[in-house]
Order: sequence, then C-alpha cells, then structure tokens
Amino acid sequence: MRRLMAALAVCFAFPAFSETTSEGVTEFKLDNGLQVVVIEDHRAPVVVQMLWYRAGAADEKPGVSGVAHFLEHLLFKATDTMEAGELSRVVTENGGSDNAFTAQDYTAYYQRISADRLDLVMRMEADRMRNLRLTEEDIETEREVILEERAQRTDSDPGALFYEQFRAAMFLNHPYAVPVIGWRHEMENLSRDAAFAYYRRFYAPNNAILVIAGDVKPEQVRKLAETHYGPLEPTVDLEERNRVAEPPQIAERRLRLSDPRVSQPYLRRSYLAPERDPGHQEEAAALVYLAEILGGSGATSVLGRALQFDNPIAVYAGASYGSVALDDTSLNFVVVPNADTTLRDAEELLDKTLSDFLENGIDSAQFERIKFQIRASEIYAQDDTYSRADRYGRALSSGLALGDVAAWPEVLQSVTPDIVMTVARKVLDKRRSVTGWLVPEGGEEM
Amino acid sequence: MMRFILIALALLALPARADVEIQSVTSKGGHKAWLVEEHSLPFVALEISFRGGTSLDRPGKRGSVELMVSLLEEGAGELDARGFAEANEALATSFGFRASRDSLNISAQFLTENRDASVALLRSALASPRFDDDAVVRVRGQLLSSLRSRQTNPGDILSEAWDSAIFGDHPYGTYDGGTEASVQSLTRDDLITAYKDTMALDLMYVGAVGDITADELAVLLDNLLSDLPEKGGSLPDRAEQNFDGGQTLIHFETPQSIARFGHGGLRRDDQDFFPAYLVSQVMGGLGSDGRLMQEVREKRGLTYGIGAYLFELDYAEGFYGQFSSQNDNMAEALDVVRREWARMAEEGITPEELNAAKTYLTGSYPLRFDGNSNIANILVGMQMEGLPIDYIATRNDKVNAVTLDDANRVAARIFQPDELTFMVIGKPDGLSDADIAN
Repeated sequence: MRRLMAALAVCFAFPAFSETTSEGVTEFKLDNGLQVVVIEDHRAPVVVQMLWYRAGAADEKPGVSGVAHFLEHLLFKATDTMEAGELSRVVTENGGSDNAFTAQDYTAYYQRISADRLDLVMRMEADRMRNLRLTEEDIETEREVILEERAQRTDSDPGALFYEQFRAAMFLNHPYAVPVIGWRHEMENLSRDAAFAYYRRFYAPNNAILVIAGDVKPEQVRKLAETHYGPLEPTVDLEERNRVAEPPQIAERRLRLSDPRVSQPYLRRSYLAPERDPGHQEEAAALVYLAEILGGSGATSVLGRALQFDNPIAVYAGASYGSVALDDTSLNFVVVPNADTTLRDAEELLDKTLSDFLENGIDSAQFERIKFQIRASEIYAQDDTYSRADRYGRALSSGLALGDVAAWPEVLQSVTPDIVMTVARKVLDKRRSVTGWLVPEGGEEM
Repeated sequence: MMRFILIALALLALPARADVEIQSVTSKGGHKAWLVEEHSLPFVALEISFRGGTSLDRPGKRGSVELMVSLLEEGAGELDARGFAEANEALATSFGFRASRDSLNISAQFLTENRDASVALLRSALASPRFDDDAVVRVRGQLLSSLRSRQTNPGDILSEAWDSAIFGDHPYGTYDGGTEASVQSLTRDDLITAYKDTMALDLMYVGAVGDITADELAVLLDNLLSDLPEKGGSLPDRAEQNFDGGQTLIHFETPQSIARFGHGGLRRDDQDFFPAYLVSQVMGGLGSDGRLMQEVREKRGLTYGIGAYLFELDYAEGFYGQFSSQNDNMAEALDVVRREWARMAEEGITPEELNAAKTYLTGSYPLRFDGNSNIANILVGMQMEGLPIDYIATRNDKVNAVTLDDANRVAARIFQPDELTFMVIGKPDGLSDADIAN
C-alpha cells in the first residue's frame, strides 16, 4: 500500500460475501480491451474510482520480489503531463482521498471524491497507465520508503515475520510463497529497469478493470471512459496468466519461530484449499461455510465451543478462508492458548476437535443460522459503496467474471451440510498443511 | 498511523452540501435521539454513546469498564453466553460494544424484517447483563493475554510511557485496559459498579440512521432504554498536561524506532479553532500533502508515514504527531520535524497552502456522510460535542471565513517549538538520553 493500511495479501479474513449484481450494476468494454463496471448508488454525492490491474506480486519474475508493490509507489511520481505528487495533491485539493494497494493477484489504485470531479480523476488515472516518467532520484528515495514500510509492517512485528515464513512453507513452487512487500535483500536492489519492465508488460487497458461506484450513471461513465481511457494503446501479445503450479504436496510441514518480542505464543495451521473458479464456485462456497462452522464465532463455532467453552484452554480459537484468488488459497486456523496451556496440548486439542467434527458432522441449527447471516450480509454490504467496488474489482482481477460475482449469493445459499462435509474431508488433509508456532525467546520446543 | 489520524480528524468533521436531514426525536419516556431516515436499504444503524467511558473506573479498579463492556454480549437476561451468540446469529444482528477514554459506545445494525426481536435482544444486553462467573473467567483471560502482548509491543510501550509522562495522575495517564494485577483482582461487584457508573441515561447520546420513521424510533427508544440506570458516576476533572520540550529515549531492541511528539492544543469552542485546524492540516494532514509528509517522506525517504493532528478529549486538548523510522534514519527525521515546527511558528503558511487546506476540508466534508453507520456515528459525535443540529449546513462557511492573517496569528499561537516534547522507542543511531535537553 502506498500509505499505511492493514491487510494481508490473499488472506482476507472473513468470507467474501457478495451482493446481487442485477441491481444497479452495469458492465461494458472499450475497444482497447478495458473492462468497465459501474455500480450505482445515489444516496450521497460521492464517487469511487478504482482501477485494477490483473497483475500482482505473484506475477513478478524471480529475483525482483517487491517490484509490483514498488511500482505501485512509483505511480505517484511524474508522467508526461503531471509532476511528481500532482495526482494526490489535486485529489486532496478537491476534497478527495486516494491510495493504492498491491496483493498477490492484483494492483489497484483508487480515489474517493465528490461525484462531479469524476472527469478530473479519470483523466489523471488514465494518464499514469501509460505515461509514467521516473528519475533515478525517484527510485532511490522511494526505495527508502518501501524499506521503511517493510521495517514498520514486517520487521518490527514478530507476528508478521512469522506469517511470512509460514507462507513460504505453504507453497513449494508457487509464487504465493514470496511476500508481496518483497524479501529485504531483493528490495534493496530494485532498479528503475525492473520497475519499468513490469510496468510496460502489465499496465495496459486490456489488462485492467475500471470500477466506478457511486452517484453516477452508466452512460456518463461510458462517455468519460471513452474520452480518457479510450485512446490508450493495448499491449499486444499479452500472455495468459499461467503461473507455475504446485506439485502434489505429500508431506506435512512444521515450523517454529522464536522472537524476544513475543509475549503471547500462538499456533497457526493452514491447509491448501481451492479458490473460487469461474463457473465453479461450489467448493469455495462450501469452504466459506466450513470456516464459519469451525471457527467463526467464539461462542458457537466448533473450535470456539471446544477450546474456549467445553475445555477452556484457549483465549482465542478461530478459522478463516479467503475465497478470492487466482490460484489455490488456504483454510486457516489460529489458536492462542491461555497461560496454563502448552502449544503442544493446544495443537492436540485442535486436531482432536477437527477429527471429531469429521466424524460427527454439522449441527443443523448452526448451519441454518450461518445461511441466514450470509443472506443478511448482502443487505448490510449495500451500505458501503467502497466495499462494493472493492469486491467487484478483487473478483474480476482474480480470474472471475461478472456472472460469477452475480451468481455467488445464490451459490452460497444452495450449499448443503453434505457438500460442506465432503469438502471438509478433502481439504483437511495434513499432508497439504503447514503448522507453525510463534514463541518467545527460549519458548516451548516443537 | 495514517488511518488513525484520519479517523481522529473525522471527529472535527462537517459539511459542504451534504444532503443530510436530521430530525430530533423525543420518546414518551423522555429519551432523545437524532435520526436520519434512509429507507432504501432494509436495516437500521443505531449508535449509542455514554460519556465517561473508562475514565469512570473507580480508584484501584483500572480495567473494570473494559472488562464490563467486553462481557455485555457474554450472557444477558435468560441467555447465557452461547445462547446470546446463537440468538444474535439467528437474527443476523451486528452488535459492537467498546469503551474508550471518554465514552462507552454501542453500535448496532439490525434488519427491518426482525427489528422487534433484535431490539429485545439488544435491550437484554444493555439492561440485564449477567456477568456469569464462567464468562468473567473466560473474558478476563482474553484481556490478560492482550495485556501480556502489550508488554513487548514497542508502540504500546511508547503510548503508555507518553500518557504517564503527560497526564500523570489523571485517568488519561494510565492504560485503560488496566494492569495484570488490577484485572486479576476485579470482582463481579466491581463489574456491576462499572456498569452502573457508565451506562446511565444522564450520560447517553443516541443517533439512528436507516429504515425507520421518527415515530417508530420513539417507540424503539422506550423499549430499549427504559431500564437503564438513571444517573452515572462522577466525571473526571480537567487534566493538567506536562510538556517540557524534552526528549526521552526508551531502549528497545528493534530495527525501526517509533517517535511521538506533541504539545497542547485548543478547545473545539475556542474562537481560534478553525484557523488552528487549517494550519494544523497544512503541517500534518492534507492527505499526504502536508509539510511533514512532504519533508520527511517524499523528499528524504525517512519514513513510511508521518502525520500530526489536533485532537480534543473531554478533559484535555493536544497537538500530536507520530512516525516510525529505521534506526539509522531516526535522528535526521527528528531534526526535520523540529525544523518544520520552528519554521511554521515563525513564518506561518502561504496563501496557496491556505487555499489548498480550505478546498480540501470543504470538499472532503460531504464525503463523510456515506453509509448509515458512518452517519449514525457522526450524529452522536455532534451531540456529544454540543454542536447545533443545523451545524452541517454552516460548517464549510466557517472554514472559508478564515483569512491568512487569522491563520498566521494562530499558527504563532499553537506551534510552540520550545514545548514540543519527544519520546522515542527503539535503538536509534546517534540518539541517546544525553540528547534529552535540546
């Protein structure tokens, strides 16, 4: 992220609830390949522009980790017609806010501003898609900034360092193993050439999705998009996004990190799991339920009940699953034991609870409550225009189509307990898992 | 940190032509609320705040309000913790309960289709929380775990050391989650005292936004609030603040240091408030375009983010900033901050900067009013600050009325380089306790 925000690549904690796309959502494509989605919400005179590139950290070449994110920072420098910092300054002077973020599968830029300034921000956003100019001085100063960013968000936080090592163990071959911010030794050497190589290859109208949400009309957006984005040249021969695949994972992995800055130990377990695929979202929908059933609420989930209530050995036990990704994602568990419990005992109880669950199945009252909550979340989600834009952009830049987004609520409502159990049996396979312990210096040995 | 600062600024927010029509509602039982009707989505966002918050902890009972508020949804009325959670899920309501130094806040969202049942559930949490022994043990364990984590988190250590140095014996001077010892010693009676002290009608403010009419809201208020305590605990006195212009270093083994700096601020009702707000934005805000962000990050790459903002608590006002720098960059970054503070006190701002700050503040104002929950929050904030119900329509005029002379007179008043006090945690190069007197 150019400016500080909390978020972990790929691992978006709670299920990507979606909403009905039929209402107030329009899609069209410009001749140069730019995909445009318009989400109407006329309650406030505000608009959000989000430009999503189908390129993230996992699309980097080996050896230049962090370049996708570095480039994201550099996009706030000069273009042929704007000075360095001008875009943000103009947005600010017009009362708006802007930022950008990079994840494994996408890079996105956004502004939130008064709806009558859409023309202005479209012109500037379109400009920097193709016309970036970078000096060596820009590179050197901004590289210091991203190293400060890494120091602040990763190196100063043992939990973040642990997560980084954990993800590296999760993937044997796939680039999701490499952190979005980059490994420090590679970040230190990121060059102007590396940034430009990535820019030239991926920043093009036929590799982007424009999402405009708020107090706008589709016809008006189309006209502005044609004016500002229409003239941009597409990249010819844009390669299909095929990343290296994981080999079969046949051995469980375990790791332990100790750090003097840790005072509350905890354990993390992740299983490789399928993501939402275009036209095939049923397994992912079942996994949304599975994460909720196993570790959604402290008081009612399977793990919460077992580890916080029936046999209260944990201060927290939860599960998460991020359904939106281009390639395989993961089903994740975290257990934070109380002061009287070892990580070994906590892990044993986690394993026992999971295997009991596979044997006993799902409580049908719990299943119905979750189903209703998922339906209600579609109503609440309509309240936040930015989040709606974000949801569409994330899905579309991660390989899904608008039809998949439209179908998602219904796919979620058609999940049954049987499907969830079938997917649970398939995914909860230790050979495709990583277990990690984060402990204080001299803490419990694995 | 940037986020944190932006949120803090939101408290000061107000209006271009945001189309927000606020109604004042009074129920038969005498409960007051501000309401914005918005019938396009079938749910209501309700925000209830009680003045006082964790500053109402009784002596020796630090953490009692925090523990109490964490227990409100852990069993109420006929339901134990699990029963309450199941009812909550079955209705798909969303309840949030939190306490801060000045207030205790309850945020609720519930669907139109099951509004009565949702309100009944919320009422049980507000009016008849159980504080069951097993729930107390469980939640206490969670708070103790979080207290342990704070002990090795440099940001938390800095925050506590800063508050202690600045506020001394005032409730603001200690961490409101308490200490391991104080939290361990809390009894069920302490929780009941904390409940009666904080969740009382004489301390309460309500905002509602969504699919509900004024008449329906009046009935809802009586159903929801009629059994709350009438009168809460006694609110604290104003805080004496101590800014000595010094610099303190806390040693901590980490690759990047964190610095906080600040001195006193001014009250929201001060006649210089708007000029002060504008010049403070020129220094530490304006998105990423304030002077600090430009000088420390954009020109020199010494930090990922830096900001400074005026803030107002109920019993103290301040002007604080914070940033992180790798250990070899911290000394230089601190020099830049000092230099900019002195330059501002001496020279003030330019006409261009004044204009930029005005267009930013007036243009961003209407952007705050999006989303039922956001607006409900603003309604409560306005009431707690004592702003008139038509304030939104007048706020931008107040920003625009500030002249360059006002701004620079007030810049000289609020920027006090000699009082600017620094505290750093980490292992910064070229900085030691010997640098304390600058």
